[in-house]
Amino acid sequence: MRKYSIFSLARNALSHHENWWQAWRSPEPKKRYDAVIIGGGGHGLSTAYYLAKEHGMTNIAVIEKGWLGGGNTGRNTTIIRSNYLWTASAGIYEKGLKLWEGITQEVNFNMMLSQRGVLNLGHNLQDMRTIERRVNANRLNGVDGVVLNAQQVKEMVPIINTSETNTRFPVLGSSYQPRGGIARHDALAWGMARACDDLGIDVIQQCEVTGIRREDGQVTGVDTTKGFIETNKVGAVTAGNSGVIADMAGIRLPVQSRPLQALVSEPIKPVIDTVVMSGAVHVYISQSDKGELVIGAGVDKYNGYGQKGSISVIEEQLAALVELYPIVSRLRLLRHWAGCVDVCPDASPLLTKTPVDGLYFNCGWGTGGWKATLGSGWCFAHTIANDEPHPLNEAFSMKRFETGAVIDEHGAAGVAH
Amino acid sequence: MSQTKRLQSGGRIDRSKPLTFTFNGQSLQGYEGDTLASALLANGISLVSRSFKLHRPRGIMGAGAECPNSLVQVGRGAGTIPNLRATQTELYQGLEANSVNCWPSVKFDVNAVTGLFSPLLPAGFYYKTFKWPKSWWDKVYEPRIRKAAGFGKAPTEPDPDRYDKKNRHCDVLIVGAGPAGLAAALEAGRRGARVILCDEQNEFGGSLLANRQYLDGKPGIEWAKTAVAELESLEEVTLLARTTAFGHYHHGFVSLLERVTDHMGLTSPDGRPRQRQWRVRANQVVLATGAIERPLVFCNNDRPGIMPASAVSTYINRYGVRPGQRAVVFTNNDSAYQTALDLNDHGIDVAAIVDVRPESDSVLVDRARKEEIPIYGGYAVVDTRGGQHVSGVKVMRLNGRGDGVYGEIHHLDCDLVASSGGWNPVIHLHSHPGGTMRYDESIASFVPDQAVGNTYNAGACNGNFALGGCITEGLSAGATAAAGVGFGSEDIEGEAPATGKQQESPLRPMWRVPSRKAIPRAPKQFIDVQNDQTSADVYLAVREGYRSIEHIKRYTAMGFGTDQGKLGNINGAGIAAEALGEDIAKVGTTTFRPAYTPVTMGAFAGRELGPERFHAVRKTPMHKWHVDHGALFENVGDWKRPWYYPKPGESMREALDRESYQTRHAVGVLDASTLGKIDVRGPDAAEFLNRVYTSGWKTMEVGKARYGIMLSEDGMIMDDGVSARIAEDHYHMTTTTGGAARVLGHLEEYLQTEWPELQVYLTSTTDQWAAISLAGPHARDVVAKVVSGVDLSGGAFPFMTWRDCEAAGVPARLFRISFSGELGFEINVQANYGQYVWDAVWEAGQEYGITPYGTETMHILRAEKGFIIAGQDTDGSVNPMDFGMHGLLSKKKDYIGRRSLSRPDAMREDREQFVGLVTLEDPKEIIPEGAQLVEEPNANEAPKPVPLHGYVTSSYYSSTLGHSIALAMVKRGRERMDDVLYSPQADGRVIQCRITSPVFYDPKGERQNV
Repeated sequence: MRKYSIFSLARNALSHHENWWQAWRSPEPKKRYDAVIIGGGGHGLSTAYYLAKEHGMTNIAVIEKGWLGGGNTGRNTTIIRSNYLWTASAGIYEKGLKLWEGITQEVNFNMMLSQRGVLNLGHNLQDMRTIERRVNANRLNGVDGVVLNAQQVKEMVPIINTSETNTRFPVLGSSYQPRGGIARHDALAWGMARACDDLGIDVIQQCEVTGIRREDGQVTGVDTTKGFIETNKVGAVTAGNSGVIADMAGIRLPVQSRPLQALVSEPIKPVIDTVVMSGAVHVYISQSDKGELVIGAGVDKYNGYGQKGSISVIEEQLAALVELYPIVSRLRLLRHWAGCVDVCPDASPLLTKTPVDGLYFNCGWGTGGWKATLGSGWCFAHTIANDEPHPLNEAFSMKRFETGAVIDEHGAAGVAH
Repeated sequence: MSQTKRLQSGGRIDRSKPLTFTFNGQSLQGYEGDTLASALLANGISLVSRSFKLHRPRGIMGAGAECPNSLVQVGRGAGTIPNLRATQTELYQGLEANSVNCWPSVKFDVNAVTGLFSPLLPAGFYYKTFKWPKSWWDKVYEPRIRKAAGFGKAPTEPDPDRYDKKNRHCDVLIVGAGPAGLAAALEAGRRGARVILCDEQNEFGGSLLANRQYLDGKPGIEWAKTAVAELESLEEVTLLARTTAFGHYHHGFVSLLERVTDHMGLTSPDGRPRQRQWRVRANQVVLATGAIERPLVFCNNDRPGIMPASAVSTYINRYGVRPGQRAVVFTNNDSAYQTALDLNDHGIDVAAIVDVRPESDSVLVDRARKEEIPIYGGYAVVDTRGGQHVSGVKVMRLNGRGDGVYGEIHHLDCDLVASSGGWNPVIHLHSHPGGTMRYDESIASFVPDQAVGNTYNAGACNGNFALGGCITEGLSAGATAAAGVGFGSEDIEGEAPATGKQQESPLRPMWRVPSRKAIPRAPKQFIDVQNDQTSADVYLAVREGYRSIEHIKRYTAMGFGTDQGKLGNINGAGIAAEALGEDIAKVGTTTFRPAYTPVTMGAFAGRELGPERFHAVRKTPMHKWHVDHGALFENVGDWKRPWYYPKPGESMREALDRESYQTRHAVGVLDASTLGKIDVRGPDAAEFLNRVYTSGWKTMEVGKARYGIMLSEDGMIMDDGVSARIAEDHYHMTTTTGGAARVLGHLEEYLQTEWPELQVYLTSTTDQWAAISLAGPHARDVVAKVVSGVDLSGGAFPFMTWRDCEAAGVPARLFRISFSGELGFEINVQANYGQYVWDAVWEAGQEYGITPYGTETMHILRAEKGFIIAGQDTDGSVNPMDFGMHGLLSKKKDYIGRRSLSRPDAMREDREQFVGLVTLEDPKEIIPEGAQLVEEPNANEAPKPVPLHGYVTSSYYSSTLGHSIALAMVKRGRERMDDVLYSPQADGRVIQCRITSPVFYDPKGERQNV
């Protein structure tokens, strides 16, 4: 790989940047690959990358129906953390976070990982019990985290309203993961595509899968808008459309597709240094390096494939934002949009083999996919290469909905008597 | 001298109303009707801001929403607003504006030094660098980038203003009150349709406000005035000026933002809401949103004084401002000739019209010729001169293909360049809900193709730029929309005013004006001037493999600015097409997303803020009594529940000890009104309960009550509660406080989708009943004094039964239930009588030492008994067997979740089970709720991960028992009685605890069954 650095920038500046090389090729598909990854987002590209890097499989293709990173990779609010409750979740998200911490140098592309810390606020006594439980579990699972009281939250986030009387649901405290933060979403897609290309992987855009061929229960290839591609291993990483792809192979997945809203404000000078999330006052916020407030909330109440904003959700989200951070009231929303996420009943993902030999699915990340991208790709690559899950993703198989070993990450449910 | 650049006459400003304002500390004057931008130009100020990346000087460029520059910070203190566009800010007396993102001043900005390094800062440079040394990204590079980024500053205090929302339905919503919109409104309004017409400007008229075209032989604006007068007289027509339709959603839902008082001052001067969001559901939507002129892209096209031609005309005609002394008009189409004539007619010297078309033949061109304005046909502006303002241009002859220049360089001095590269229809609102577009070669831009729903485009936004055509399309759209709601036919009834014939010659598409050097070596050609994004950046992106227009946008930051690329994006798409060697129709545009222009966040929040309104506050009928008796409250869902009732000087612990002692030894009263209540009726009610609860319900007789648990489909405990049989076909179901809505939704889902054959009707009655719960040895004595019509003796009225009765003379239901382990009763009365009956109970209890107790004491009392709280002791991943509730699982029938209980994981032997815990070293030490339990004594220091064996769900100090107690979920807990586990704390402590039964008090239940 030809390196990017300040020196290559300077060298190319001398030739007016006329001689930059392509970050990746735009090849036509070959007839046959050892594995085909459907979906050129962060998860798909990192799956391919780790297949080549960790498992030596280089005759592989990533096929993408649109443009790289055009799905949820390019639409999310870029939050990274690993402070999940259950041991299985902590394992895969923490693996992801560790990979994040080295990926800029590893693939020589600045992902702008910014470990400015993540706070998850508690607004009632049950929230605080859940936070205590989660942080204690995190600590024992080797994931960093502490519990903060309201005053400590205020010190860390001066613009937050911690009044006990002048707000509907006062901030009682928070969990805090210092290693959490944000990263640049497009950079992940591009950096991983470039790294894949460098390892000899064909990254093919504008190529939509139209069918999955099988013989005797074994995958034999995929039909695409650029013709038939022969392969015995297919990894589907198509968040939001996983059900559609599964249908092509005649299987059903325990996922539902839902729109997930996000929005940004106009860029302003820094007002918030960390990521702050709140469940009870439902909104989360961070500030990008460009100065925009990046704001998200939960999924829409209805299933759908739309990637458009729903105004009612935006209104609730911004009311929550102004309630928590009164100074944002006069700032202005610049743009709002949505991604389409697929959600499992237990709010945990699927990284799984399927009833079809050679067909694997990586989906169901719900609202939590971005932070896991690299851990997800790493585990999924292992699963595809070995036809067996890695211990880190063993728990995330489809089988759990048969055995009942679900991993409920909805957070401790509801409120008390 | 002030307003030196104001024309002697003309414009739609009110010269009798001068206004004083300040810009960067300098006191200046303008007139009512000015925008901040026009007032600044009138005072000869053109440099207002700096660009985002390179801090190049930026002037007022556009005249409206499209202006990518002119961002200012308006006002100070709590009312300050960052990033307002001067071109959209109406002037008011005392307005205070300052430049942003520059230091120490906009004229001398230290960060402009960035420009020297610009060769090192091409598109995407930050992906390639700032990687070494690794630790510097967080510590050095990023903090500096963040400090330099952003434009204005947020206020530091809460917003002094408030915002309103209004919901409206209408037959026809018309967006844009230019000629097309007015015509549409007239056509639909005259027929009686309920019409809303909105426009972002302070006055209706659209393009007619700023040009000199004639209608029916009179200035166009006169026609507009007449139209507005007529519309005002129509009862069903609502006219909204200063109102931007910013988002178009599905099914005719359009969000409008009305700026109610922004033109009067920084904050609302008279108590009215500052802004109002109109949430309009329209049967028919007519979009008459106009078009935005795109500038030509040439070298150094970003200097202050270089503007779109139409903006120049607007400043002259609408605001009476002289935007320069000597102008060069640079165009590829006819419309800029009108600007040349506007300039000429107002005594502004036009040095030349540089037209990339070798020849053109039209009315306007003829007039320019007659005025003897020099015309350079087949020439192009290849570069500009100037420091903080343009001072001249270089002009050269274009080759036939339009991709190169040659010959002599003509140097023309000027302080104003008016450029026009054609017009882009404003298709934002058409696109928001999914309307498609197509490329129209005749105007070299994208026009609406298929609209979503009942949406019609009319006029310039539809690609029809001629005034006569706009009005005809407007009339037609108005007719179609009105017909769509049953008002007349689709034939136009109104008459279009006469327009002069405008012969036009075609434009010559030109996305990028060639220069003497090849692209990367030529001076910068700006596409997005806010972000310093250039044609070289687009070429670089394509060279590096970023070939999708979305990649090009994201890699080069094109259209990332606060104007969302209104001026630059189509040029960018054209240049991308050129770099890719593809057709622009195929390259397409990036996605148009709401908001059309930025919207105040407070306007989305409206009044749904603060302790009373953010979420509806639910209070029980006895709320005031609790307040009066010193209760502290706990938020449970949207409810305010009394948490505990400290007496003066009492600590929380002391209050809890007192409340629980009194309840265990005398009598306590709890407000249980918040518990969810569902009235279940119908011939199949018994069958229904039998299916949703795990235990059998069919045999329970009328007059009895029973505790039940509900599972979700996955077999996990979802909610619990006591339900009573009121009649054969009638049950009173209770749920947890927080679970009420969820349970009702769950039950309705099953009724409606799974079991439609069942005749059952569910009604939420949570708010209809007040519930007064009495517990303690004297509970019966108190009830006896209040209630009549029931034999309260244990034999006649046993545990888990209910009776109709009267409480303090009020019809009531009396339940014999207990959540404390004591003898317990619950009186339910109609909510309106709640306080009255509570008072009677309180009075009756005085002689027995009655105490009110809150949720915390309730939690302690129930924990002593090992009763669970769904949502605290359960978490969506525990099943009834984990709680030893095998007895509640009927084997004789099916119920929701039953199948899941036979799955392997549900039968797994090492599941976590519900147990009690006591602490070993200090029996009074309370283990924190949420503490984890491990077998490893030194877990804090041990290598991670440490295997987790369980966690604490509830934990209290029990004054009754004299030691702390905890409830926990522990792996194989029930078979590990008396085992010791360790609970490592964040502060390094390790609490040792011993596993016990979760029932700490009165295990046989003798106290509640008396």
